[in-house]
Amino acid sequence: MLKRVAATLLSTSLVLGATSATAAETITGAGATFPYPVYSQWADAYQDKTDIGLNYQAIGSGGGIQQITAKTVTFGASDAPMKPDELKKNHLVQWPQIMGGVVPVVHIEGIDKGALKLDGKTLADIYQGKITRWNDDAIARLNPDLDLPDQQITPVYRAEGSGTNFLFTHYLTQVSEDFANNVGEGKSVAWPSGVGAKANAGVASQVGSTNGAIGYVESAYATENNLNVAQLENKAGNFVTANPDSFKAAAANADWENAPGLYLVLTNQPGDNSWPIVGASFILMHTKVQNADAAKRALDFFDWAYKNGGEAASKLNYIPMPQNVADMVRKEIWSQIKGPNGQQVWQQ
Amino acid sequence: MTSTRSVSASQQQDLLGANAREQAALRRNGIIDRIFEKGTLTLALAVLALLGTIMASLIVAGWPALQELGWSFFTGDRWAANIEHFGALPAIYGTLVTSIIAIIIAVPVSLGIAIFLTELCPVSLRRVLGTMVELLAGVPSIIYGMWGVEVLSPFLREHFPTLFPAGTGLTTAGLILAIMIIPFITAITRDVMVTVPAMMRESAYGMGCTTWEVVRNVIFPSVRGGIVGGVILGLGRALGETMAVTFVIGNNLFLSPTLTGQGTSIAALIANQFPEADGLQRSALLLLGLVLFVITFIVLAIARLMLRRIENRAP
Repeated sequence: MLKRVAATLLSTSLVLGATSATAAETITGAGATFPYPVYSQWADAYQDKTDIGLNYQAIGSGGGIQQITAKTVTFGASDAPMKPDELKKNHLVQWPQIMGGVVPVVHIEGIDKGALKLDGKTLADIYQGKITRWNDDAIARLNPDLDLPDQQITPVYRAEGSGTNFLFTHYLTQVSEDFANNVGEGKSVAWPSGVGAKANAGVASQVGSTNGAIGYVESAYATENNLNVAQLENKAGNFVTANPDSFKAAAANADWENAPGLYLVLTNQPGDNSWPIVGASFILMHTKVQNADAAKRALDFFDWAYKNGGEAASKLNYIPMPQNVADMVRKEIWSQIKGPNGQQVWQQ
Repeated sequence: MTSTRSVSASQQQDLLGANAREQAALRRNGIIDRIFEKGTLTLALAVLALLGTIMASLIVAGWPALQELGWSFFTGDRWAANIEHFGALPAIYGTLVTSIIAIIIAVPVSLGIAIFLTELCPVSLRRVLGTMVELLAGVPSIIYGMWGVEVLSPFLREHFPTLFPAGTGLTTAGLILAIMIIPFITAITRDVMVTVPAMMRESAYGMGCTTWEVVRNVIFPSVRGGIVGGVILGLGRALGETMAVTFVIGNNLFLSPTLTGQGTSIAALIANQFPEADGLQRSALLLLGLVLFVITFIVLAIARLMLRRIENRAP
């Protein structure tokens, strides 16, 4: 009996293995978790159309950089761009594939959704443990028409190294010198005060269940968990609400043309309506690839995503890259990727 | 077995008066025995080799960090990867404190359960309860983590807001760890207590001992070693537990000598940062792994020493 079960299982797995091997080629990639939902949606649609699948392991930006450097995948993905000199050293190119916003979420009983206003300096002080109560003068001054409770603030942060951490701390170091000196930017930082929760979902759940909590999550998680998103003061001095329009405004003001190696972090961008914490998720590839076909397949997919992926991205609260940036990436970045024979992999 | 190997075939014939066929059989058995011995020896040595390889690779991978950071790695009071400041103290402190809290809570509870199961429990309930304890030991740690973050920490936050303002922290992690290791210690304690011969028990009862006196003076002294073994196993699990602890410990990377405040443990810190780490940070995390390895080793060595002293004292 057992033997028969084993034999059946074995033969089934062999048959299944054979079919998947003969099915279409796949594109392999690894890296950031932040764009994973939209990449997987794109991959589904792309596979329906072309029969080419995407095997993307969402192992984190650091892992993506490591795997592409070790040449175990065709492309890597990272939420934090690599510095131009690091790119050069590793013979890599990078380009932004998708953008998204990071938003501060609060849980204060008696305060309506979207009513609380914060500025960068106050946010930095809260996360450094310098402002500990919601009725602190600094917060009250920004919110003259709100009745703030005498409630302790519980800052919640991402415990693990993450691109979200990088974007949030990058923003705080821009707007608070104090934060820059004492904490600094990075994917893994030592938060002086507060509670560390695991992943976006963990932060959302901790904020949702703790009265007096404040946290920061990818915009999609705030919507999904029905959280209270605070307004933020932007570089122009306006209080803006987090929504696709304000994210797009920030992205529109981004000066990709003059960013060497496309190294650009979209925090604290100029513009009257710009949301101050927006970030792009980057794709990394080698300038000299061993397998030109695999590279071509990956570029075809990203080209398709630039052209057709906008709607799926917007539905998930991401912001598609503007046309002009996509054109520039095709022309200036993809042209640098060459096969073993020295020929350009990407042909328009 | 050694005696059959040390005597030659002719002697065997003299000694046993065996005929040729019996002799061949004896020789064959000797060979099988030897192969068996060598085989099991190889397996035992393979474990040692594996342990050595893990240790060696941790040392090799952690060496750059040790060279770069030196003693500051062990004395630094914060772990700030973004400014390449790696101090292991907060994580070491958190690991030890949570494990100690877990053991302090878990040992009396486990002994209580084990005594009830072996001495007082009605026979019909005994098997059901025993199986349930063993089932608890098999629950994956992430389940405990989820329960900790969804049930225990909101409960603590609501009912003890002054002690647990956020619900999470070192004590919360200790509580979760205690719950996780109770089934381990209980199962082992119960198993060793069952091995006490019924006659010993009955003799003591026959002399007029109460249940408490039987447990205290007859059963415990004869199974002390086994109980310490169970506690060691539980402690080992508590020291290295990762998933459940990461959820509820608070993950604060500064050293704050509190018991209920936010903190981190070595395993939680590695789990959180390793996927995104490279360069010096990666090396420092691997070095931290080595530290956990050494701490576990020292704790187990101390426990074994204690065990030996207890056994020497035993009548």
